[in-house]
Formats: sequence, C-alpha cells, structure tokens
Amino acid sequence: MNLAKPMKWLSGGLLALLSVPAFAALNILACEPEWGALAQELGGDKVSVYNATNALQDPHRVEAKPSLMARARGADMLACTGAELEVGWLPILLRQTGNPKIQPGQPGYFEAAHYVRMLEIPARLDRAEGDVHPGGNPHIQTDPRNIALVADALAKRLAEIDAANADYYRQRHIQFAARWKTAIANWEKLAAPLKGTPIVVQHKGFPYLENWLGLKQVAALEPKPGVEPSSAYLSGLLGQLQRQPAKMVIRAAYNDARASEWLTERAKIPAVALPFTVGGSERAKDLFGLFDDTVQRLLAALK
Amino acid sequence: MSFKRKTLAASIVLALAAPLSAHAADSAELAQIREQIKQMKESYEARIQSLEKRLQQAESTAGNALDKAGKAEEKAVQAAAAPAATPSASAGAFNPEVSLILSGSYANLSQDPASYRIGGFLPNGGEIGLGRRGFGLGESELAIAANIDPYLRGTFTLAVTPENTVAVEEAFVQSLGLDNGLTFKGGRFLSGVGYLNEQHAHTWDFVDAPLAYQAFFGGQFKDEGVQMKWLAPTETFVELGGEVGRGRNFPASDRAKNGFGSATLFAHLGGDVGASHSWRAGLSLLRTSPRDRAYSITDNLGTTVSNGFSGDSRLEIADFVWKWAPNGNPVYTNFKLQGEYFRRHEDGNLTYAVNTANITDRYASSQSGGYLQGVYQFMPRWRVGLRRDQLDGGSVDYASNNAALGQAAFNPSKNSLMFDYSPSEFSRFRLQFAQDKSRPEATDNQMFLQYQVSLGAHGAHKY
Repeated sequence: MNLAKPMKWLSGGLLALLSVPAFAALNILACEPEWGALAQELGGDKVSVYNATNALQDPHRVEAKPSLMARARGADMLACTGAELEVGWLPILLRQTGNPKIQPGQPGYFEAAHYVRMLEIPARLDRAEGDVHPGGNPHIQTDPRNIALVADALAKRLAEIDAANADYYRQRHIQFAARWKTAIANWEKLAAPLKGTPIVVQHKGFPYLENWLGLKQVAALEPKPGVEPSSAYLSGLLGQLQRQPAKMVIRAAYNDARASEWLTERAKIPAVALPFTVGGSERAKDLFGLFDDTVQRLLAALK
Repeated sequence: MSFKRKTLAASIVLALAAPLSAHAADSAELAQIREQIKQMKESYEARIQSLEKRLQQAESTAGNALDKAGKAEEKAVQAAAAPAATPSASAGAFNPEVSLILSGSYANLSQDPASYRIGGFLPNGGEIGLGRRGFGLGESELAIAANIDPYLRGTFTLAVTPENTVAVEEAFVQSLGLDNGLTFKGGRFLSGVGYLNEQHAHTWDFVDAPLAYQAFFGGQFKDEGVQMKWLAPTETFVELGGEVGRGRNFPASDRAKNGFGSATLFAHLGGDVGASHSWRAGLSLLRTSPRDRAYSITDNLGTTVSNGFSGDSRLEIADFVWKWAPNGNPVYTNFKLQGEYFRRHEDGNLTYAVNTANITDRYASSQSGGYLQGVYQFMPRWRVGLRRDQLDGGSVDYASNNAALGQAAFNPSKNSLMFDYSPSEFSRFRLQFAQDKSRPEATDNQMFLQYQVSLGAHGAHKY
C-alpha cells in the first residue's frame, strides 16, 4: 500500500499552518482563571499563563476543545481546582496530548483542592442527590484564606519545577502573602456588617464565602446541585422566605440571571451577581479586585 | 488499603511538619517528635493491618451472601476512615472506573425494517438499518477503565445487544503521557478516521448513524491493531495519526495472513475563534485490500446469490465540526454544526454467485456521500437538531456481470429532525422523525422515541 504520497501532501499542507509558540520560561495551563491569576502573581515574568476557562464559563461544563489540547501539549504545569470539577474534560487533555510533565503524580500536576479544608463532603454518594462532588464542594476560591493556602503550595511547586528561579518565586510569594494578609484583614473589617446576613443562593457554589463572612444560607434556588427547581419547590421557597426572610439572592457571573431575577420580583430582595472568579466583573481584574468587588457588591445589596 | 495507609502516614507527617520547622532549633524535641510519629505510624499500621485481616475474613466467610460482604466492607471502610485526617478523593482504592449505558427506544416505521437496504451500495454485513419496529431495547454498554501503571491505561467496553449477544466493542491499552506529543493505542478500538467514528453511539446527536457511516463502514470502522498519534507543539491544534490493523471489518475482509489488512492516516486541525467559537477539521484516508469479501444480494433474475470481492478499497473522508456557545458557556444555549464527506474507490475482481455460476470479472466503483447536521440547544436541557444525509451512487461497473448485478443509478437520501431533553448530564430522552429514502422503491417515514442514560463513573467526552 502506498501511503507515502498522501502523507507528503498532508504534512506539506499543514506545515504552512504551524505557528510555534513563544518561548516563555514556564508554560502554565490554568483550568480556572483564579489559579491563572495566582500563578501570575507568584510567577511574574518567569511564567506564561493560559486560562482554559473564563469567568463566564462553568468550569464543570466546558469541553476538551482542540485549543485546550494544543495548550496542554506544551504546558509545563497544570494549575487546577481538582475535586472532580474538571472531570468532564481534563482527563482527555491528560490522556491525549502525550505530555508526561502534567500527568497526575508529577510535579506539573497541581490540584488546589488538596491544600484547603473541603466543605460539603457528601455523606452519601448518590447521583439522586444531584451534581455532588465526592471530594466536597469544589468552589474553594470564594474564600481568600483558601487562596493564601493554595498560594503557599503553588509557590513551593513553582520552585520545585523551575528550580533555577526558586528564589524569585519565594520572594514573590513572601510579598504576595504579606499583601494578601493585609487585604484579607481589610476585607474582613469592611464585611463585618455582613455577618449573619441571611441569603439565598442560586447554585450551591458559595459555602466557602459563607463560611468566611458568616453569611447564612437559608435557601437555594436549585433544590439539589444542578437540578432544575419545580414550580412546587419554588412556591414552597417563597413561603419559606416569608417566614424567614433573606436579604439577597446571590449567583456567580456565569449563572443565568433569570432565576435570581424571578426571586427578586417575587420576594422583593436584591439579586447580586458576584464575579466568582477573576474576570467575572469589570473590577475583578485580579485576585485583589475579585474580593474588593465581591465584598462591595454584598455590602451594596445590604443597604 | 496500602494507599490509605500511605495517605494516612503522609497526612500525619504533614500535620506535624509545620510545628517541626518552627521549632527546628531544638533537636532533642525533634527527636522526641520523630519517635512519636514513628510510634503513631506503627500503631496506625498495626490497626489497619488488623482491619484488613478482619475484612478478608469477613469477605471469605460471607461467601455468596453479597449483602453480608457488603456490610463487612462498609464497616471496614467506616473504621478505616475514622482515624484518617483527610479523606482522599480516590479512596475508592484501585477499583477501575465502571460505567454502564442503558438505552431503549420505540420505533414506528412505515416500511418493514427487514427489507432495509441502501440502494446502489454493496451490502456490508454491518449494523445498518433501524433494528425493529415497536418497543425495543437498545445496546447496553458496560465500560471498565483504569490506569494500569504509570505508563498505560486500559479500557474495555462490552456491548450487550437486545438479541442477548455479547460483543467486545473496544478493548485497548493506551499510553499515558508518552512524551513529545505522542500517544499510542493498541487492541480493538474505534478508528480515529472521520469525526463521528471515534464517538460511541450514546454520544451521537441522532438515534442512528448517518447514512454515509452505514454505507461506507457498516456503522463504525473498528479494527484490531495499533494507532499512533502525534500532537504538534503549536498553539493551533494539529494532530497527525495513523493506524495499521487486521482489517476484520468492512470495507476490509479478515484475511488470515501476516502483516496488516488495513491502514489509515488522518490529520486534524482545530482552534478557537474568540471565546465563543471553536472548530475542528480533518482529512482521513483508509486503505484496505479485501480478499473474497462476501455479501448476499438478490440479483436481477430474482435469485439470492452470494458474491465475493477481491481488490483494493480506498476511502477518503473530509470532516469538520464548529461549535458556538455565548462566551464559550454551553450550559444555556449552544449550537453545533458538523459535516462529513466520504469518497470511496474500489477496484478489483468480483465473483458472481460463488456457489453456482461462479463468474469472476472486473469490478470498479466510485461512490461518495456525506451528511450535514446542526444541533441547537435553545434553552437549558432542550435541543433540536436537523440532519441531511445524501449519498451519490456514482459509477459502478460489474463488467460482464452487469446483466446480473447492474442497477439503475440511485442516490439515497434521508432527512432527520430530532428533539431531545436531558434532565441531567446523565440522562437524555429523544424524539426523532425521519424521512428515509435509502430504498429505491419506497420512502420510509420513521418516528423514534429513545432514552439513553449513563450510570457510574462520570466519563470525559471527546470534543
């Protein structure tokens, strides 16, 4: 069988389309923008970060797109949440890109969820409970104290992978940790009036934020994670809110506004779209902006 | 169990690591703490070992009484979990990922499915046509997969047909991060040619495979062999791949010989346009040289005869898929447009009526076809899709067998309209209407109701 001719034709045609990526020091593929932003804070100009998802995408529901395959191929490191958040697409990137550096167990495979205390670890694993994650709720980035913990681990990991620049990463981490500590103290001071505020969430994506600021989740618009509410459930919810009023209904930037707006109209409480991650709002340009904006939006809704 | 023990020891060390470094100056204290860790480790190990023993005993005594064994395991898990500081995500130990696909349908067909054929195209003995009228179970698919070691991953897919036959759908090993963008696969697997070929039936957007897949592959091209793929180190997705295989299925024929009976080459190119659009396009080539590829047909005299083809078969496929979702978030609305075009040339000798007349003469055919489909999710969980299938009978030359086998030119076509509703990521209900003009003599008006669910491990799907 003579396959040489078509092979020549194929490779010839494709060569024209090849564009070799710029040679940056360390290529990091971040599954979510918050880890991309953190890697950038810690890695400075020694790293080149590509975010696999943006703030308007549900990181659980993206696909193993060709562009992500190409990025995973050239990555020196992955920075992901883990806890099965990326279970629908990351395994494909790992298996089909022929990149040994980012395989689980390698230093280039970084899962943030390993370094924080997970909340909402289900006592019973059953798909009848909706979209539950066996490792706990994966939306850990809404508590800045978690970001600090992940930063400690990520800085160590960067130093391990790129030993030549270990001191650089250590220095940047020390600076970041100090700035972050001050910022947390500031946010906590600002957010003090939020303590004990009863809230409704659109999707159960905020346990870490609630835990941090002492918000009290009294209801969720989804009866179970990822499960559409029935009209009976919603009318029950309205009844419950009359007896036990909430101050606001919150959702992530990537959630559809309709469900919250429906509740706003009926229960007369403000709907708050939180950036949820870096890039989720105009002000959430970096990690500091993310929490500046989150706290400010919550406070504004309280007034 | 040994995994748990490791995480346990590791978590203890981790938990104590922080105070360790803080008081590093005091070496006496250090030694003391080390001794404590050692003691704790030993005591935990001893406890876990005794638990393991108890579990083994419980399991062996439980025998066939499954519920008994289940209870013992539950106890052991609870007991083992108690001292662990951090539960591990993969504490499910080394059991492979298991998932099961269940499907079934109700079909209302205006023509008898027994008379189904794709006019003008050689029958291929594959899974073509529409199965049965009325209620029917679809194929149940059991998939088991796990990493074998740091280098290989194994996947096994078993298909149980409604006729109670069991078939190995796929069984292959695959490399894990081989380096330099290379991926190796070996065993029985769905070939990487085309776009839809590599995708399992439960991920299709319509009840049935496109006509082109049925006519040119008899469903999907699945072979036993090896595959090598290479992903270019570029920001644009460029993937080149090739396979050599046994050639056990149409358009090849299983030849008991050394070497290989089928060879493929494919190239894929893809990327994003902004945040909302992504695409992939590809070209594939499949070459086989069947020998005595047998098929039965009713000839022009009305006799059912068995014929055989020997020669070369060359198939070229061009495919593309384009997906749109606002800001790349497909949860609320999204759109997918996909199409594939097949062109096949076969050249060789055809033996007419192998068991009776047995006349061998030249056979040459040049046929093509494809499909174009669009699927739109207009609101969460609800989708609508439209597919147009069109085959071109092209030219078929039976030489001196033309009188017995030659047919008037015919171009089969089919239009399908589907609606589906997915209550969750794991279940889907579908309604499909189709007007099928595969047979030259009649139009088949079809209606299907279908369910497809998946149990067990949350699979990752290909693009």
